[in-house]
Amino acid sequence: MIANVRIHLPTPLRAYAESQSSVEVRAATVGEALRLLVDRHDALRRHLYDEGGRLRRFVNVYRNDEDVRHLQREETPLRDRDTLTIVPSIAGGAPERKPPSWATGEDGLPPLTQDELLRYSRHLILPEVGLEGQRKLKAASVLVIGAGGLGSPLALYLAAAGVGRLGLVDFDIVDASNLQRQILHGTSTVGKPKLESARARLRDLNPGVQVDGYETTLTGDNALELIRPYDVVVDGTDNFPTRYLVNDACVLLGKPNVYGSIFRFEGQASVFDARIGPCYRCLYPDPPPPGLVPSCAEGGVLGVLPGVIGVIQAIETLKRILGIGDSLVGRLLIFDALDMKFRELQLKKDPECPICGDHPSIHELIDYQQFCGITPTGEAEAELARWEIGPRELRDMQERGEEFVLVDVREPHEWEIARIPGAKLIPLGSLPARLPELDTRTPIVLQCHHGHRSMRALEFLHQAGYRKLKNLRGGIEAWSQLVDPSVPRY
Amino acid sequence: MLRLRARHTETVHTHLCRAYPEEGCGVLLGRERDGRREVERVIGFDNVQGDERQRRYLIAPEQFLAAEKQARGSGLDVIGFFHSHPDHPSRPSAYDLEHAWPWYSYLIVSVERGEVRDAHSWRLTDDRSRFEPEEIVLDSPAEPADRALRSEE
Repeated sequence: MIANVRIHLPTPLRAYAESQSSVEVRAATVGEALRLLVDRHDALRRHLYDEGGRLRRFVNVYRNDEDVRHLQREETPLRDRDTLTIVPSIAGGAPERKPPSWATGEDGLPPLTQDELLRYSRHLILPEVGLEGQRKLKAASVLVIGAGGLGSPLALYLAAAGVGRLGLVDFDIVDASNLQRQILHGTSTVGKPKLESARARLRDLNPGVQVDGYETTLTGDNALELIRPYDVVVDGTDNFPTRYLVNDACVLLGKPNVYGSIFRFEGQASVFDARIGPCYRCLYPDPPPPGLVPSCAEGGVLGVLPGVIGVIQAIETLKRILGIGDSLVGRLLIFDALDMKFRELQLKKDPECPICGDHPSIHELIDYQQFCGITPTGEAEAELARWEIGPRELRDMQERGEEFVLVDVREPHEWEIARIPGAKLIPLGSLPARLPELDTRTPIVLQCHHGHRSMRALEFLHQAGYRKLKNLRGGIEAWSQLVDPSVPRY
Repeated sequence: MLRLRARHTETVHTHLCRAYPEEGCGVLLGRERDGRREVERVIGFDNVQGDERQRRYLIAPEQFLAAEKQARGSGLDVIGFFHSHPDHPSRPSAYDLEHAWPWYSYLIVSVERGEVRDAHSWRLTDDRSRFEPEEIVLDSPAEPADRALRSEE
């Protein structure tokens, strides 16, 4: 039913209705009456209706003295002589205090807490890092292979810098001889797994870092699986099979491999990323013959050296995550601590590289022990055993007064630390020159620190025509442990 | 131009500081003559916004009607409203703009840590696109209680 009604306008709206305080319309419902009102006075429309044509929320309409929201809203029917009154409700407020995206993480990078702002303030004020860089570090994951000499400074600095997730692969136990350089560990953790020791130290340094420990040897069977969930791999290993394994796995997975190696007073570092530069195989296509390059245990290492190289690796890792600076991709940095010089070699991608070249022949991980000539075949093992003698056997020979000569092929400074009574010192390097001192008819037992160098001495003597040869299994180390504890171990 | 008397600014300040850290609000009653607005009375209201009162205020239609009735009884009009922005500048927010009525004076007072920092008055443009500043004139020479109510930017 159509009714004659009067609509009362509040003061602010009168200016848009030719200064009238009320307007008369003929309508059946509240909604219809209001639409007629704005049809007649179009300037009112934007104040009463929003862009979608809905009545604005702060516009209240009373039919006589009742709010139509308590009736049938805009469908509320009208009768003759009803009055409609438009009543403002007034709302507003301060701008929304929207927390910044670095605190909410709504832009995809993890948020930072107040504690983290304080912890990383020296990073945050570097424009090259800043909030965004620090959040990138927090979002990043790095797998460190080896928690030893290189792994120690690496893990410490990466954790301190705020890398969000740190994976550590190591199965070793902390040994007293590690502490001269492996600063992750301490006297109190000697005898404990390196992972346990590392975890405690890193948690104390930065509890905000997630440390994933993998107490295992990296092998062809687990490497892809271990490396896949990480953004960057840092190689802190001390042996060639693992180095080739890490390289190949990174090439296959398309991950950057931050490389470092140390020996005595020299170190090397580079970043291998086969997608944009050379890989480790481009630099060293073939592993050295086993035994040619002594390990740190055999050749020694200045304790601070892994600090220098590990820290270079840590810097390259952070630069990579932050996307700043010039990386070591395509460059091999060589550090000589005695000369105190850094040299740099340009590395080129080898088109013939068997894994990252133009026609790769390696498509999956292989047996790296065998590749590096380390795993003896069954036959070679039997052959090796034929030449070996255990420490107790040697003692028995001595006690029986057998005629033989025990030749120690270590270096004079090692000889000074410890020696087996009755041994004759002929350092490996001087063996060729001193052959006349050895009689081919007298049985010879060769001995060194762990049994590796003496095996090479044995091979050399065999080639020189000697046949009555034996190699002391485990060297002077095994002798001290199994026969004579009074011989110092080192 | 909005003219305020010292006792009105005092009432406004007291009401808004009491509401802190929530937003406080109220109405300005007065007269308009030749574009000059004289505030004759201010009434502080409870902020009846249901939630988020720290950054929202609401004057319900019933409250408005009551104020209008009071105004009429004294031959006055509702000429505007006041509200606080706790720990926030006295500039209108997007939310203020969205909910604004034309013609009325919107006096916004910035209250920082419970104390009045400054105040500005604003009026909505006809096309609803923005607020324009409205000059505030203080009736008596600035006394300590009025210092915060300044019209200059």
